[in-house]
Parts: sequence; structure tokens; C-alpha cells
Amino acid sequence: MAEPIIRFDNIRKSFGTLTVLDGLSFDVMPGEKLALIGPSGSGKTTILRILMTLENISGGHIEVCGEQLYHMQKAGREVPADEAHLHKMRRHIGMVFQHFNLFPHKCVLDNITLAPILTKGEPRAEAEKRGMALLDMVGLADKARAMPSQLSGGQKQRVAIARALALQPRIMLFDEVTSALDPELVEEVLAVMKRLADETDMTMLLVTHEMGFAHEFADRVLFFDRGHIIEQGPPDRIFTSPTHERTQTFLRKIIAAGHRV
Amino acid sequence: MGDWSGYIGLILQGALVTAKLTVMGTALALVMAFTAGLARLAPFAPLRWLARAYVEFFRGTSIFVQLFWVYFVLPFAGVSLSPLQAGVMALGLNVGAYGAEVVRGAVLSVPRDQYEACIAVNLSRFQRMRHVILPQALPLMLPTFCNNAIELLKGTAVVSLISLSDMTFQAQVVRAQTGSTLIPFATILVLYFAMSLLIAGGMRWLERRVTRGLDGVRP
Ligand SMILES: Nc1ncnc2c1ncn2[C@@H]1O[C@H](COP(=O)(O)OP(=O)(O)OP(=O)(O)O)[C@@H](O)[C@H]1O
Ligand SMILES: [Mg+2]
Repeated sequence: MAEPIIRFDNIRKSFGTLTVLDGLSFDVMPGEKLALIGPSGSGKTTILRILMTLENISGGHIEVCGEQLYHMQKAGREVPADEAHLHKMRRHIGMVFQHFNLFPHKCVLDNITLAPILTKGEPRAEAEKRGMALLDMVGLADKARAMPSQLSGGQKQRVAIARALALQPRIMLFDEVTSALDPELVEEVLAVMKRLADETDMTMLLVTHEMGFAHEFADRVLFFDRGHIIEQGPPDRIFTSPTHERTQTFLRKIIAAGHRV
Repeated sequence: MGDWSGYIGLILQGALVTAKLTVMGTALALVMAFTAGLARLAPFAPLRWLARAYVEFFRGTSIFVQLFWVYFVLPFAGVSLSPLQAGVMALGLNVGAYGAEVVRGAVLSVPRDQYEACIAVNLSRFQRMRHVILPQALPLMLPTFCNNAIELLKGTAVVSLISLSDMTFQAQVVRAQTGSTLIPFATILVLYFAMSLLIAGGMRWLERRVTRGLDGVRP
């Protein structure tokens, strides 16, 4: 059996006196599509941000692609990772944000090619060719020269997905990527993500309140509450016959709030 | 009368000195503003302290005193500057300290989202600053930079104290020689005003250039 591509080992995370994660451990296998669900404040975003190195951990170990993320070896001793180590590890990971975070001063194509050119030394012509192919895949080839401010939310988010893909990470993180969108724009973004999930062997972690999409997208669903995995399993089981009472309550509330399952 | 063309010529010579001081002083101020402004945000603490000390010192003491130090005291430390060099240095360092705060403020006002996007696409610290943060911070700095440059222009008059014949100095000379106050001082009033209009116009042009991309039209 293959080694996990991500391994959380006894992770603790506090913000000041508030402990959000306390001894969290789980593994993700290469190519797995994982959905993280749970009530607001349960720590889902924090988990993705820790993986993207946007947030430091307070304790524990994380392994990504067989290497420690927040630790490194120095003279035979384990020390906290420095910026160079983090830089090396980030190559494996890409992230799409709830609010897109496009670079507003760069056109769509430049948003996508900036990092490949700067961080991988890709020649511009090649980066642009690949960028155009990615734009084509997300259905925005005609917007290559548009500025982000000229796009709809759904279009922005599709550009953000293309930007993350341009670096060819092995792991992709999606944090509520449709929750800032008007309802009629959600579908176009989900369609792109569904295709990615079906057609690539990238490992994907998806945080979402769209239970219907989580059901279609994921191989495995993790239900979180207050930083702990309460229940996990294949979507068919979690969504149709959750065993834990808190999962049942959560799903009932979500349905009552009008989300599809 | 009669000799007025000669006297106006004197004032114009002074205007040239003032213009030189302004251009060179602004150039030095810009360099200092970016150096100290970015150093104040550096991850390395001693660099931040050094920049902080520079800013506090030059904002907290008057340009008048700074000029005297640069011109009359530095020679004791073995650094002798010409009056023009001393003037440029005092003005540039003084205005640069204000500019550093402008740079720092503008950089800090770029939303956190943008830093996080840079980390997610794995840009280095330098690339982040150069390609994402500064291009967005620059349009925020320009209006204040414009004020600073005009302040610097007006500040150039203090260099007459170290016997540099700038525009104000020459106006005094003409006044002493002709006994007329109105004509020389009306002339330099118009000239100072024209120069500051020139600075403001140049800044507006720059502003249009650097914000063009942000308005939704590709540069
Ligand atoms: N930078 C921060 N400083 C202080 N507290 C924080 C910070 N970031 C997150 N938290 C707290 O950590 C807890 C978990 O937050 P997190 O954003 O991970 O939850 P979430 O599961 O993503 O919730 P939601 O579904 O609302 O997005 C919350 O109580 C939140 O208030
Ligand atoms: Mg969240």
C-alpha cells in the first residue's frame, strides 16, 4: 500500500488562549478527494491554512510528500523549518480561496503565468501557452487579457483555480470556494472542480457547505466538530446513514437551511 | 531701473540652484523613503530598529538644525561637503524620513489576502514585494509623495543659511542692492508657484500611469 501524501500527527493549534485543534491526527492518501465538513468554527479553514503554511502550528508534526512540513533536520537534530524549507515544501501545495485573491493589477493571463515564470523559471512563451490551455479548460480563453475587476465572481474563481493549477501542485486545497458567489454562478465553478476531481490524480481537500457537491466530489468525508474528527467515511454512508448524533444534527440543520444533500 | 534684466538674471540663476536642490533632494528622499520604509517592515529586527531611529531622528529635529550639522559639524568628522551637497543631503534625509512612513503605511494597507495569495503561489519575499505588493502600494503613496516633494521645494530656502545662492538668497541680494522688496519677492513667488505646479502636474501624470491597470483597463 502506498504511503500517505499528507499526515497530521497530533496537531495542536491555538490562537492566544483559544485552542482550535487539540491532538488532531489523520492521513490522506495520494489522489484522494477529501471533503471536510462541519459547523462554523470547527477548524476546517485552519486545517487548510496550516497546510498552506499561512498559519503556524502550536504542536505536533505534519508530513507532506514524505517530508516534514514544519520541521527539518539540522546537524542530526530536529529544528523548526526555516523560510527556505517552507518555500521548498510549498511547491507541493496549491490553494484556492473563498475570496479569490487574484492580483488586481495583473490581467487574467498574467495572474496565471506570474508564479510559473518567477518560481520555476519557465520561459514566458511556454508559461503563456500553458496558461491559455488552463484558461481554455476553465472556459475563459476569451478573457486572457481582461483585468480581474472586469470579471464576475464565478469567472474570478475559475481564474484562481487556473492560477493554482499552473504550478502543478500534487495537493490542492479548496476553502469554501463558492460561498462568496451569487447562487447562479456556483454551478460553473463546481463543474470545473468536478472535472478536475474526475480527470486528475491530484490529492484534493475541499472545505464546503455544499453537501450535494461534497457527495459527488469526495472519496471520503470528514465531519469535524470543535477541532475533532467526529465521524468519517465514504460520502454515501456519511450523508445517508451517519452514525454519530452530532453529524445527524448538523446535516439536518444544513437541509433545513435549504442546502441540497 | 534699467538694470532689472540683470537682477532678474540673478534670480533665475538662483531658480536653477533651487531646481537642482529640489530634483536631487527628491531623488535622495525617494531612495531613503523606500530603503527605510521597507527596512521598517523587514523580518530582521536590527534593521527595523535602525530604520525606526532614522525616521524618528529626522522627523523629530528641524531641517534647520540638520543642515547646520551636515555643513558645519560633519567636517570635524572628516566629511566636507559643498554647500549644494550639504543642502541635498539635509533635505533628502529629512523628507525621506517622512516618505519612509508613507511607504510603510501604503505597503501595510495592501490587504492580507494579497500576501496569502503570494504564499499560496510560492513567491519569495522579494518577488512578493516587487511584483504584487509594491505595484498596488505605489498608487497610494503618490499623492503624499507629491505633498512631500512640494514641501521639499519650499524647504530649499533654508540652504541660503549656508550661503548657497538659491532663489530666496538671490532675491535678498537683489533687494539689498535695489532697495525694492516687491519686485524680487513677487518674482520668486511666481517662480516657486510655477515649480510646485510642475511637480503636481508630473505627479498626476505618474498617478494616471500607475493606476491605469487597476481601473480595469490593461496597461
Ligand atoms: N487568526 C485568528 N485569530 C484568532 N482566532 C482565530 C483565527 N483564525 C481562526 N480563529 C478561530 O478558530 C476557530 C476555527 O476557525 P476556522 O476558520 O478554522 O473554522 P471553520 O471550520 O473554517 O469555520 P467556517 O465554517 O465558519 O468557515 C474559530 O473559533 C475562529 O474564531
Ligand atoms: Mg472556514
